[in-house]
Amino acid sequence: MHTVTPYLALSTILFTIGAVGVLIRRNAIVVFMCVELMLNAANLALVSFSNLHGNLDGQVAAFFVMVVAAAEVVVGLAIIMTIFRSRRSASVDDASVLKW
Amino acid sequence: MTATYVILAPVMILAALGILVVRKPVHAALLLAIVMIGLAFLYASLDAPFLFAVQIVVYTGAILMLFLFVLMLVGVDVVDSLKETISGQRALALFFGAATLALLLALVGQLSLGTMKGLAHANARGNIQGIADLLFNRYVIAFEATSALLITAAIGAMVLAHRERLTPRLTQAELATRRVREFLENGRHLGPLPPPGTLARSNGVGTPALLPDGTPLDTDSLRSPESDGHALAGKVE
Repeated sequence: MHTVTPYLALSTILFTIGAVGVLIRRNAIVVFMCVELMLNAANLALVSFSNLHGNLDGQVAAFFVMVVAAAEVVVGLAIIMTIFRSRRSASVDDASVLKW
Repeated sequence: MTATYVILAPVMILAALGILVVRKPVHAALLLAIVMIGLAFLYASLDAPFLFAVQIVVYTGAILMLFLFVLMLVGVDVVDSLKETISGQRALALFFGAATLALLLALVGQLSLGTMKGLAHANARGNIQGIADLLFNRYVIAFEATSALLITAAIGAMVLAHRERLTPRLTQAELATRRVREFLENGRHLGPLPPPGTLARSNGVGTPALLPDGTPLDTDSLRSPESDGHALAGKVE
Protein backbone atom coordinates (compact mmCIF):
# COMPACT_ATOMS: atom_id res chain seq x y z
CA MET A 1 0.00 0.00 0.00
CA HIS A 2 1.13 3.54 -0.67
CA THR A 3 1.55 6.21 1.94
CA VAL A 4 0.31 9.73 1.48
CA THR A 5 3.53 11.40 2.67
CA PRO A 6 5.31 11.75 -0.73
CA TYR A 7 2.29 13.50 -2.20
CA LEU A 8 2.08 15.87 0.75
CA ALA A 9 5.81 16.56 0.45
CA LEU A 10 5.44 17.41 -3.24
CA SER A 11 2.46 19.60 -2.44
CA THR A 12 4.48 21.39 0.26
CA ILE A 13 7.44 21.96 -2.07
CA LEU A 14 5.25 23.34 -4.86
CA PHE A 15 3.41 25.57 -2.39
CA THR A 16 6.65 27.03 -1.03
CA ILE A 17 8.04 27.61 -4.51
CA GLY A 18 4.85 29.48 -5.36
CA ALA A 19 5.08 31.57 -2.19
CA VAL A 20 8.71 32.47 -2.85
CA GLY A 21 7.78 33.33 -6.43
CA VAL A 22 5.10 35.74 -5.22
CA LEU A 23 7.71 37.43 -3.05
CA ILE A 24 10.62 37.72 -5.50
CA ARG A 25 9.06 38.12 -8.94
CA ARG A 26 8.32 41.63 -10.17
CA ASN A 27 6.05 41.07 -13.17
CA ALA A 28 2.43 41.08 -12.00
CA ILE A 29 1.47 38.28 -14.39
CA VAL A 30 4.25 35.99 -13.16
CA VAL A 31 3.26 36.79 -9.55
CA PHE A 32 -0.25 35.71 -10.49
CA MET A 33 1.06 32.47 -12.01
CA CYS A 34 2.80 31.74 -8.73
CA VAL A 35 -0.50 32.22 -6.88
CA GLU A 36 -1.99 29.65 -9.26
CA LEU A 37 0.88 27.32 -8.44
CA MET A 38 0.07 27.61 -4.73
CA LEU A 39 -3.61 26.84 -5.39
CA ASN A 40 -2.60 23.81 -7.44
CA ALA A 41 -0.34 22.57 -4.67
CA ALA A 42 -3.23 22.81 -2.20
CA ASN A 43 -5.38 20.86 -4.69
CA LEU A 44 -2.83 18.06 -4.80
CA ALA A 45 -2.99 17.79 -1.00
CA LEU A 46 -6.80 17.69 -1.11
CA VAL A 47 -6.88 14.96 -3.76
CA SER A 48 -4.32 12.82 -1.93
CA PHE A 49 -6.24 13.22 1.36
CA SER A 50 -9.35 12.12 -0.53
CA ASN A 51 -7.48 8.97 -1.51
CA LEU A 52 -6.16 8.52 2.04
CA HIS A 53 -9.60 8.59 3.63
CA GLY A 54 -11.33 6.69 0.88
CA ASN A 55 -14.09 9.22 0.27
CA LEU A 56 -14.67 11.84 -2.40
CA ASP A 57 -15.08 14.96 -0.26
CA GLY A 58 -11.48 16.02 -0.95
CA GLN A 59 -12.04 15.82 -4.69
CA VAL A 60 -15.18 17.96 -4.39
CA ALA A 61 -13.15 20.51 -2.40
CA ALA A 62 -10.44 20.52 -5.09
CA PHE A 63 -13.15 21.07 -7.68
CA PHE A 64 -14.42 24.10 -5.77
CA VAL A 65 -10.86 25.45 -5.53
CA MET A 66 -10.61 25.20 -9.32
CA VAL A 67 -13.87 27.09 -9.78
CA VAL A 68 -12.77 29.85 -7.43
CA ALA A 69 -9.35 29.97 -9.12
CA ALA A 70 -11.00 30.45 -12.50
CA ALA A 71 -13.07 33.37 -11.18
CA GLU A 72 -10.04 34.85 -9.47
CA VAL A 73 -7.90 34.67 -12.61
CA VAL A 74 -10.54 36.44 -14.68
CA VAL A 75 -10.84 39.37 -12.27
CA GLY A 76 -7.11 39.51 -11.51
CA LEU A 77 -6.06 39.62 -15.14
CA ALA A 78 -8.66 42.32 -15.81
CA ILE A 79 -7.13 44.37 -12.99
CA ILE A 80 -3.62 43.82 -14.39
CA MET A 81 -4.83 44.98 -17.80
CA THR A 82 -6.46 48.09 -16.32
CA ILE A 83 -3.25 48.97 -14.46
CA PHE A 84 -1.25 48.35 -17.63
CA ARG A 85 -3.48 50.75 -19.55
CA SER A 86 -2.91 53.61 -17.13
CA ARG A 87 0.72 52.91 -16.13
CA ARG A 88 2.07 51.23 -19.31
CA SER A 89 3.76 48.64 -17.11
CA ALA A 90 2.97 45.23 -15.66
CA SER A 91 5.46 45.58 -12.83
CA VAL A 92 4.09 45.36 -9.30
CA ASP A 93 6.41 48.18 -8.22
CA ASP A 94 4.78 50.79 -10.45
CA ALA A 95 1.30 50.60 -8.92
CA SER A 96 2.32 52.52 -5.83
CA VAL A 97 0.01 55.53 -5.77
CA LEU A 98 -1.95 54.21 -2.79
CA LYS A 99 1.23 53.65 -0.76
CA TRP A 100 1.48 55.89 2.28
CA MET B 1 5.22 5.83 -4.28
CA THR B 2 3.93 4.95 -7.68
CA ALA B 3 5.92 5.11 -10.90
CA THR B 4 3.85 8.12 -11.99
CA TYR B 5 4.95 9.98 -8.90
CA VAL B 6 8.61 9.02 -9.24
CA ILE B 7 8.73 10.21 -12.84
CA LEU B 8 6.60 13.34 -12.53
CA ALA B 9 7.64 14.79 -9.16
CA PRO B 10 11.22 15.79 -10.18
CA VAL B 11 9.97 17.20 -13.48
CA MET B 12 7.30 19.27 -11.72
CA ILE B 13 9.69 20.58 -9.06
CA LEU B 14 12.26 21.55 -11.70
CA ALA B 15 9.59 23.30 -13.79
CA ALA B 16 8.28 25.12 -10.71
CA LEU B 17 11.80 26.25 -9.80
CA GLY B 18 12.18 27.44 -13.38
CA ILE B 19 9.27 29.85 -12.86
CA LEU B 20 11.35 31.58 -10.21
CA VAL B 21 14.34 32.19 -12.48
CA VAL B 22 13.17 32.62 -16.09
CA ARG B 23 13.06 36.22 -17.18
CA LYS B 24 10.38 36.09 -19.87
CA PRO B 25 6.75 35.71 -18.68
CA VAL B 26 5.95 33.43 -21.65
CA HIS B 27 8.55 30.93 -20.48
CA ALA B 28 7.05 31.06 -16.99
CA ALA B 29 3.64 30.27 -18.51
CA LEU B 30 5.02 27.26 -20.38
CA LEU B 31 6.76 25.96 -17.24
CA LEU B 32 3.49 26.39 -15.34
CA ALA B 33 1.79 24.32 -18.04
CA ILE B 34 4.28 21.51 -17.37
CA VAL B 35 3.48 21.61 -13.64
CA MET B 36 -0.27 21.63 -14.27
CA ILE B 37 -0.21 18.73 -16.73
CA GLY B 38 1.99 16.80 -14.30
CA LEU B 39 -0.58 17.44 -11.58
CA ALA B 40 -3.31 16.20 -13.92
CA PHE B 41 -1.50 12.89 -14.33
CA LEU B 42 -0.99 12.63 -10.58
CA TYR B 43 -4.75 13.12 -10.14
CA ALA B 44 -5.32 10.30 -12.62
CA SER B 45 -3.01 8.05 -10.61
CA LEU B 46 -4.85 9.03 -7.42
CA ASP B 47 -8.19 7.67 -8.70
CA ALA B 48 -9.55 11.08 -9.65
CA PRO B 49 -10.35 10.80 -13.39
CA PHE B 50 -12.88 13.65 -13.24
CA LEU B 51 -10.36 16.06 -11.73
CA PHE B 52 -7.79 14.85 -14.28
CA ALA B 53 -10.07 16.03 -17.07
CA VAL B 54 -11.04 19.24 -15.27
CA GLN B 55 -7.40 20.05 -14.55
CA ILE B 56 -6.49 19.75 -18.24
CA VAL B 57 -9.58 21.56 -19.53
CA VAL B 58 -9.85 24.33 -16.94
CA TYR B 59 -6.24 24.94 -15.93
CA THR B 60 -4.10 24.24 -18.98
CA GLY B 61 -6.94 24.92 -21.37
CA ALA B 62 -8.71 27.99 -20.06
CA ILE B 63 -6.68 29.64 -17.31
CA LEU B 64 -3.28 29.30 -18.93
CA MET B 65 -4.61 30.45 -22.30
CA LEU B 66 -6.10 33.48 -20.52
CA PHE B 67 -2.65 34.16 -19.08
CA LEU B 68 -1.07 33.94 -22.54
CA PHE B 69 -3.83 36.15 -23.95
CA VAL B 70 -3.10 38.89 -21.43
CA LEU B 71 0.63 38.44 -21.98
CA MET B 72 0.10 39.15 -25.67
CA LEU B 73 -1.86 42.30 -24.80
CA VAL B 74 0.49 43.53 -22.10
CA GLY B 75 3.63 42.88 -24.09
CA VAL B 76 5.40 39.59 -24.57
CA ASP B 77 8.86 41.11 -24.80
CA VAL B 78 8.87 42.58 -21.28
CA VAL B 79 11.69 41.05 -19.26
CA ASP B 80 11.93 41.35 -15.50
CA SER B 81 14.66 43.65 -14.30
CA LEU B 82 17.08 41.97 -11.95
CA LYS B 83 17.54 45.11 -9.87
CA GLU B 84 16.06 44.87 -6.38
CA THR B 85 13.84 47.77 -5.37
CA ILE B 86 14.00 46.81 -1.69
CA SER B 87 17.55 45.83 -0.82
CA GLY B 88 17.90 42.37 0.67
CA GLN B 89 14.32 41.47 -0.16
CA ARG B 90 15.22 38.56 -2.42
CA ALA B 91 17.61 36.99 0.09
CA LEU B 92 15.08 37.40 2.89
CA ALA B 93 12.31 35.91 0.74
CA LEU B 94 14.49 32.91 -0.10
CA PHE B 95 15.48 32.46 3.54
CA PHE B 96 11.93 32.55 4.84
CA GLY B 97 10.82 30.34 1.95
CA ALA B 98 13.41 27.74 2.90
CA ALA B 99 12.38 28.05 6.57
CA THR B 100 8.70 27.54 5.66
CA LEU B 101 9.61 24.54 3.50
CA ALA B 102 11.67 22.99 6.30
CA LEU B 103 8.87 23.55 8.79
CA LEU B 104 6.16 22.10 6.55
CA LEU B 105 8.28 19.13 5.47
CA ALA B 106 9.12 18.36 9.10
CA LEU B 107 5.42 18.53 9.90
CA VAL B 108 4.51 16.22 7.02
CA GLY B 109 7.31 13.84 8.05
CA GLN B 110 6.09 13.75 11.65
CA LEU B 111 2.52 12.87 10.74
CA SER B 112 1.69 9.20 10.71
CA LEU B 113 -1.32 9.14 8.45
CA GLY B 114 -1.27 5.47 7.58
CA THR B 115 -1.67 3.98 4.15
CA MET B 116 -4.06 5.23 1.53
CA LYS B 117 -7.39 3.48 1.61
CA GLY B 118 -7.88 4.00 -2.10
CA LEU B 119 -11.10 5.02 -3.75
CA ALA B 120 -12.17 1.63 -5.07
CA HIS B 121 -15.17 1.62 -2.75
CA ALA B 122 -16.12 5.29 -3.23
CA ASN B 123 -15.67 5.01 -7.00
CA ALA B 124 -17.64 1.76 -7.22
CA ARG B 125 -20.50 3.47 -9.06
CA GLY B 126 -18.11 5.62 -11.05
CA ASN B 127 -16.06 8.64 -10.03
CA ILE B 128 -18.27 11.21 -11.73
CA GLN B 129 -21.44 9.73 -10.22
CA GLY B 130 -19.82 9.79 -6.78
CA ILE B 131 -18.77 13.43 -7.12
CA ALA B 132 -22.21 14.36 -8.46
CA ASP B 133 -23.82 12.67 -5.43
CA LEU B 134 -21.79 14.85 -3.08
CA LEU B 135 -22.04 17.99 -5.19
CA PHE B 136 -25.82 17.94 -5.49
CA ASN B 137 -26.58 16.71 -1.97
CA ARG B 138 -24.21 17.79 0.74
CA TYR B 139 -22.51 20.65 -1.11
CA VAL B 140 -25.45 21.94 -3.13
CA ILE B 141 -25.49 25.33 -1.35
CA ALA B 142 -21.77 25.84 -2.07
CA PHE B 143 -22.37 24.74 -5.66
CA GLU B 144 -25.12 27.34 -6.09
CA ALA B 145 -22.88 29.97 -4.51
CA THR B 146 -20.17 29.27 -7.11
CA SER B 147 -22.64 30.10 -9.88
CA ALA B 148 -23.19 33.52 -8.31
CA LEU B 149 -19.41 33.90 -7.92
CA LEU B 150 -18.75 33.05 -11.57
CA ILE B 151 -21.38 35.48 -12.85
CA THR B 152 -20.05 38.23 -10.58
CA ALA B 153 -16.49 37.55 -11.76
CA ALA B 154 -17.51 37.66 -15.43
CA ILE B 155 -19.41 40.94 -15.02
CA GLY B 156 -16.59 42.39 -12.92
CA ALA B 157 -14.02 41.54 -15.58
CA MET B 158 -16.21 43.09 -18.27
CA VAL B 159 -16.62 46.30 -16.25
CA LEU B 160 -12.88 46.47 -15.56
CA ALA B 161 -11.83 45.82 -19.13
CA HIS B 162 -14.47 48.01 -20.72
CA ARG B 163 -13.38 51.33 -22.17
CA GLU B 164 -15.83 53.98 -23.27
CA ARG B 165 -15.21 55.41 -26.76
CA LEU B 166 -14.59 59.16 -26.40
CA THR B 167 -14.66 60.21 -30.04
CA PRO B 168 -17.19 59.06 -32.65
CA ARG B 169 -15.95 56.40 -35.02
CA LEU B 170 -15.00 57.74 -38.47
CA THR B 171 -17.09 56.40 -41.31
CA GLN B 172 -15.57 55.02 -44.49
CA ALA B 173 -16.61 58.13 -46.43
CA GLU B 174 -14.89 60.40 -43.90
CA LEU B 175 -11.72 58.33 -44.02
CA ALA B 176 -11.70 58.51 -47.84
CA THR B 177 -12.25 62.29 -47.75
CA ARG B 178 -9.39 62.72 -45.31
CA ARG B 179 -7.08 60.62 -47.42
CA VAL B 180 -7.81 62.62 -50.59
CA ARG B 181 -7.39 65.89 -48.66
CA GLU B 182 -3.98 64.77 -47.41
CA PHE B 183 -3.06 63.85 -50.98
CA LEU B 184 -4.04 67.34 -52.18
CA GLU B 185 -2.40 69.22 -49.34
CA ASN B 186 0.92 67.48 -48.82
CA GLY B 187 0.94 64.89 -51.56
CA ARG B 188 0.70 61.75 -49.45
CA HIS B 189 0.42 58.55 -51.45
CA LEU B 190 -3.26 57.95 -52.23
CA GLY B 191 -3.32 54.18 -52.41
CA PRO B 192 -2.65 51.64 -49.71
CA LEU B 193 0.88 51.03 -48.53
CA PRO B 194 2.74 48.36 -50.47
CA PRO B 195 2.33 45.02 -48.72
CA PRO B 196 5.31 43.09 -47.41
CA GLY B 197 6.34 41.52 -50.68
CA THR B 198 7.85 38.20 -51.55
CA LEU B 199 11.25 39.71 -50.91
CA ALA B 200 10.44 40.63 -47.29
CA ARG B 201 11.71 38.30 -44.57
CA SER B 202 8.47 38.47 -42.54
CA ASN B 203 4.84 38.82 -43.52
CA GLY B 204 3.98 41.02 -40.54
CA VAL B 205 2.11 44.22 -41.30
CA GLY B 206 4.77 46.21 -39.46
CA THR B 207 7.47 45.03 -41.82
CA PRO B 208 8.00 47.38 -44.75
CA ALA B 209 8.10 46.02 -48.26
CA LEU B 210 11.55 45.41 -49.67
CA LEU B 211 12.69 46.86 -52.95
CA PRO B 212 14.24 44.50 -55.52
CA ASP B 213 17.71 45.54 -54.34
CA GLY B 214 16.88 44.50 -50.79
CA THR B 215 16.54 47.93 -49.16
CA PRO B 216 13.35 48.59 -47.17
CA LEU B 217 10.84 50.81 -48.95
CA ASP B 218 10.77 54.36 -47.63
CA THR B 219 7.05 55.21 -47.44
CA ASP B 220 7.86 58.94 -47.51
CA SER B 221 9.06 58.52 -51.07
CA LEU B 222 5.58 57.42 -52.19
CA ARG B 223 4.68 61.00 -52.84
CA SER B 224 2.81 63.24 -55.22
CA PRO B 225 3.35 63.63 -58.97
CA GLU B 226 6.04 66.27 -58.59
CA SER B 227 8.41 63.94 -56.75
CA ASP B 228 9.46 60.64 -58.26
CA GLY B 229 6.92 58.80 -56.09
CA HIS B 230 4.92 57.32 -58.91
CA ALA B 231 7.87 55.80 -60.64
CA LEU B 232 8.91 54.26 -57.34
CA ALA B 233 5.45 52.93 -56.59
CA GLY B 234 5.35 51.39 -60.04
CA LYS B 235 8.64 49.64 -59.40
CA VAL B 236 7.34 48.12 -56.19
CA GLU B 237 4.36 46.60 -57.92
